[in-house]
Amino acid sequence: MTTILAYPFKNLPTTSKWALRFAIRPLSCSSQLRAAPAVQTKTKKTLAKPNIRNVVVVDGVRTPFLLSGTSYKDLMPHDLARAALTGLLHRTSVPKEVVDYIIFGTVIQEVKTSNVAREAALGAGFSDKTPAHTVTMACISANQAMTTGVGLIASGQCDVIVAGGVELMSDVPIRHSRKMRKLMLDLNKAKSMGQRLSLISKFRLNFLAPELPAVAEFSTSETMGHSADRLAAAFAVSRLEQDEYALRSHSLAKKAQDEGLLSDIVPFKVPGKDTVTKDNGIRPSSLEQMAKLKPAFIKPYGTVTAANSSFLTDGASAILIMAEEKALAMGYKPKAYLRDFMYVSQDPKDQLLLGPTYATPKVLEKAGLTMNDIDAFEFHEAFSGQILANFKAMDSDWFAENYMGRKTKVGLPPLEKFNNWGGSLSLGHPFGATGCRLVMAAANRLRKEGGQYGLVAACAAGGQGHAMIVEAYPK
Amino acid sequence: MVACRAIGILSRFSAFRILRSRGYICRNFTGSSALLTRTHINYGVKGDVAVVRINSPNSKVNTLSKELHSEFTEVMNEIWASDQIRSAVLISSKPGCFIAGADINMLSACKTLQEVTQLSQEAQRILEKLEKSPKPVVAAINGSCLGGGLELAISCQYRIATKDRKTVLGVPEVLLGALPGAGGTQRLPKMVGVPAALDMMLTGRNIRADRAKKMGLVDQLVEPLGPGLKPPEERTMEYLEEVAITFAKGLADKKISPKRDKGLVEKLTAYAMTIPFVRQQVYKKVEEKVRKQTKGLYPAPLKIIDVVKTGIEQGSDAGYLSESQKFGELIMTKESKALMGLYHGQVLCKKNKFGAPQKDVKLNDKVKKKALTSFERDSIFSNLTGQLDYQGFEKADMVIEAVFEDLSLKHRVLKEVEAVIPDHCIFASNTSALPISEIAAVSKRPEKVIGMHYFSPVDKMQLLEIITTEKTSRDTSASAVAVGLKQGKVIIVVKDGPGFYTTRCLAPMMSEVIRILQEGVDPKKLDSLTTSFGFPVGAATLVDEVGVDVAKHVAEDLGKVFGERFGGGNPELLTQMVSKGFLGRKSGKGFYIYQEGVKRKDLNSDMDSILASLKLPPNSEVSSDEDIQFRLVTRFVNEAVMCLQEGILATPAEGDIGAVFGLGFPPCLGGPFRFVDLYGAQKIVDRLKKYEAAYGKQFTPCQLLADHANSPNKKFYQ
Repeated sequence: MTTILAYPFKNLPTTSKWALRFAIRPLSCSSQLRAAPAVQTKTKKTLAKPNIRNVVVVDGVRTPFLLSGTSYKDLMPHDLARAALTGLLHRTSVPKEVVDYIIFGTVIQEVKTSNVAREAALGAGFSDKTPAHTVTMACISANQAMTTGVGLIASGQCDVIVAGGVELMSDVPIRHSRKMRKLMLDLNKAKSMGQRLSLISKFRLNFLAPELPAVAEFSTSETMGHSADRLAAAFAVSRLEQDEYALRSHSLAKKAQDEGLLSDIVPFKVPGKDTVTKDNGIRPSSLEQMAKLKPAFIKPYGTVTAANSSFLTDGASAILIMAEEKALAMGYKPKAYLRDFMYVSQDPKDQLLLGPTYATPKVLEKAGLTMNDIDAFEFHEAFSGQILANFKAMDSDWFAENYMGRKTKVGLPPLEKFNNWGGSLSLGHPFGATGCRLVMAAANRLRKEGGQYGLVAACAAGGQGHAMIVEAYPK
Repeated sequence: MVACRAIGILSRFSAFRILRSRGYICRNFTGSSALLTRTHINYGVKGDVAVVRINSPNSKVNTLSKELHSEFTEVMNEIWASDQIRSAVLISSKPGCFIAGADINMLSACKTLQEVTQLSQEAQRILEKLEKSPKPVVAAINGSCLGGGLELAISCQYRIATKDRKTVLGVPEVLLGALPGAGGTQRLPKMVGVPAALDMMLTGRNIRADRAKKMGLVDQLVEPLGPGLKPPEERTMEYLEEVAITFAKGLADKKISPKRDKGLVEKLTAYAMTIPFVRQQVYKKVEEKVRKQTKGLYPAPLKIIDVVKTGIEQGSDAGYLSESQKFGELIMTKESKALMGLYHGQVLCKKNKFGAPQKDVKLNDKVKKKALTSFERDSIFSNLTGQLDYQGFEKADMVIEAVFEDLSLKHRVLKEVEAVIPDHCIFASNTSALPISEIAAVSKRPEKVIGMHYFSPVDKMQLLEIITTEKTSRDTSASAVAVGLKQGKVIIVVKDGPGFYTTRCLAPMMSEVIRILQEGVDPKKLDSLTTSFGFPVGAATLVDEVGVDVAKHVAEDLGKVFGERFGGGNPELLTQMVSKGFLGRKSGKGFYIYQEGVKRKDLNSDMDSILASLKLPPNSEVSSDEDIQFRLVTRFVNEAVMCLQEGILATPAEGDIGAVFGLGFPPCLGGPFRFVDLYGAQKIVDRLKKYEAAYGKQFTPCQLLADHANSPNKKFYQ
């Protein structure tokens, strides 16, 4: 989950020499390397396990991710989720009645639709006989929805699952204060006029102060941006490094958008408004412009700014996963396998956003792979500082020895294979929906760029983290 | 004694906790100082910023000693003279401590008032020069910044502090009977306003970094960092330095203004304080409050107000002069010597003289008052379980039993527990008077049995009295002390015996309390006599707080053992009170009536008949107010000295700490032993003899006390 930023850098000009240079450098690298893994692929083993059903991704879609407060601002979360679901139906032509179960992730819940999965499924015309539930695990909620589905399939409980996620930050539940709520509830119970009057006489003006949904970690009362700034400082990540990384993300996203690589997007006709067809948060700027921004959290000397953080986003995603034999029986050509996955958790204060560092080596070990085996890395970018801090942690023997119980460092993911089509910093980060985007980006990149294995990793509020291996389905 | 509510003393002396844990004292008072290599201060230049590092050698804390002063002057002169340097950062090389204060030994070593005054004036001069520095100096504070350390920091142009738990700012001199003597009384009021400055100086309270920021005591906060590429503490210090350098540059380039925006309330207060009439009212009000609280027993607070007043009304030259003079005067007072003695004793009682125990004590030592979020509280509480059986005891390393004071019950529990605990497990009994050897008599392994006497309310009372028997093993003692230290206690270790040390000292005094009441002194009058002597809680109130039944229990037990010497008052008074249900605060009635929500204490009129039935004729020779006070105190002191004589106590320092922190013996007197030293053994023996003539054996001075009276050179503290 990222933080509320007052001004998601709207004022930044869109192109610059820097942006171009950044866009070109990584791509030229990756084009050289692209050939190598493609050749290697054939020699690699597959990660199928004996006696466990293979789980495949048939396809996945998402609505365009928009800055909150823009075109989606009048919708409700289940409207967006519905759009993702109908988009998925349209894209895959899966018969609705085949779906055994629907699971959605979400973070800030709309109280009217607390089981948003069910409301959206009904609205999207799924069978009312298909049960649905909603999960929440901060920024890895959609990951949790998917892995829950994987579990249901692998254990033989279900064959066809729709997993997804939704977040609508344009509208969040703002509550009355506890005192006011108590007064209102007591009033409800009061029987006589006298009781009512005596209750009303207890009313004070400060009861009206509203309670905003907490953007702070409950256990530490620290906002995530603040923690990210401290994390960046702990790993001595400079402001310039962070701005450069953010610029890379935006430039790559812009390029991917222009080249039509973001094929998981389904257009969404906003009722009473235009049809939205693409993400609107991608704004490559210049380092000079970015350098002008003031720190957003640790003022006045911090390094995390609006420009190097992910912004508040509205969006939904959905993915169709099946048992391999079911998909083949139905005549589908799946895109990828979902293989080993791992959840980790650590200190929510000082290591809040280090989930990927902890989860990556574990999932690789579990799958019997090494960093070199991975062809496409898709990491969730909460903040530039967070990604770079994770890099530094993965590249540090000291950190590995003292905090991870490892003898040697995890090792750096090669940048030329890393988030090549942009990331949460540029594409946006609807908390509950990002997980499916990461998996689809990995799957689509493997298909497009070649290679067998993708690694998805993300950090989440509460000091939790997730990583999963995505294996390309043989063509 | 089980309970001893001494809230007064605690609120005044809570800052001792920090003093002792951070170590206000410097132990490296070495005379040797090489000419060229600096041992306390060094500096390097980064760009055009000089980074001055303070690092007192061979010590956990930095203290302002003569060496540090002179090296600091040298370094600053070089910085001021250098063309390359445009600004400076002042930082400590020790992660937990900026500067913990002035070197107490340096002060104690001063023989005359002039010497102390001169020390103060030298410090004033250095800091004035620093305040007027043409190149901006940024104080980068991590850890304790106390006393002279804070005075140094507020002389800098800018202050940046880490928001660490360890970072505390304050001027605790008042707790040692002194005042901030390096310009603090003059600069603090200008910086945080007169009311806040007076509050800081009069209470000596520690201020955490975020509060300090709000008050305007520091200009910026730096959040402590978690693990990165280096240990968190190390990187946090580096980060603090980096941030401080940025600000030093900004100040030198005039991009950052050292002036602070004041809030509306602050502006209004500042404006109000410009009106002479308002100022006079503030002084008056504070003086009244101080007089009421100190009852004239502590000279430092009034002098602090006086010095602040002088500075504001007559200008800073007069203020500085007054500060240094009053500082000298205060350091020379008996009260200051008593308080510094207590401080030293406390440092002593914060060490484990038995060494490290074989088994590690795994307790979370972060637990501090008000320093926890509800979440942290919850996670700590998750380590605790309540149960009514012995499940899991087979894994215990230590069991602390705290059942009711009944020997047969304690025996039963001990046997039941020993049946389930592992061999290495230590059994500690929390008792206020039952001899540990008697409890251990039924143990299969008496070497593992020890007494741990906690004082109620346990979370507020700092003292822990540990009782060892002849059979208790060294490791058992070491473990008990280690657990106590982790709990944040000040620990005295005493030998086993009826009433140990604390209860035994209190018992004869309590017996005298009863006699005084029988002689017709009103409980309210008795209370005011004891509090005006410096006890935090009046004697009659104390009985009510402890519980009349408990007092009766102890009086009977110890009365049996010690016989006539513990006599005086008629225990029948307590017996009758118990039979009528007047158990003190817990039953709502004792000498006073206690009602929920009512602060005022009324006398319990039903006591009149009991007191009347036991009335004794007062002896007018020994019944003046002063005599009554001394009858109580001399019995206490005599018994304390006897405990030392009998070897119950190992050192006088432990006796003083136990009396002050466990029983509320007047801190301004420094404890019974310090009191004998400062007041004079001869005078005390004279008093005892006078009362002995009136009442008999209860007042016979013990041999050790008599020895001290006979040879005036003999002191408990040399």
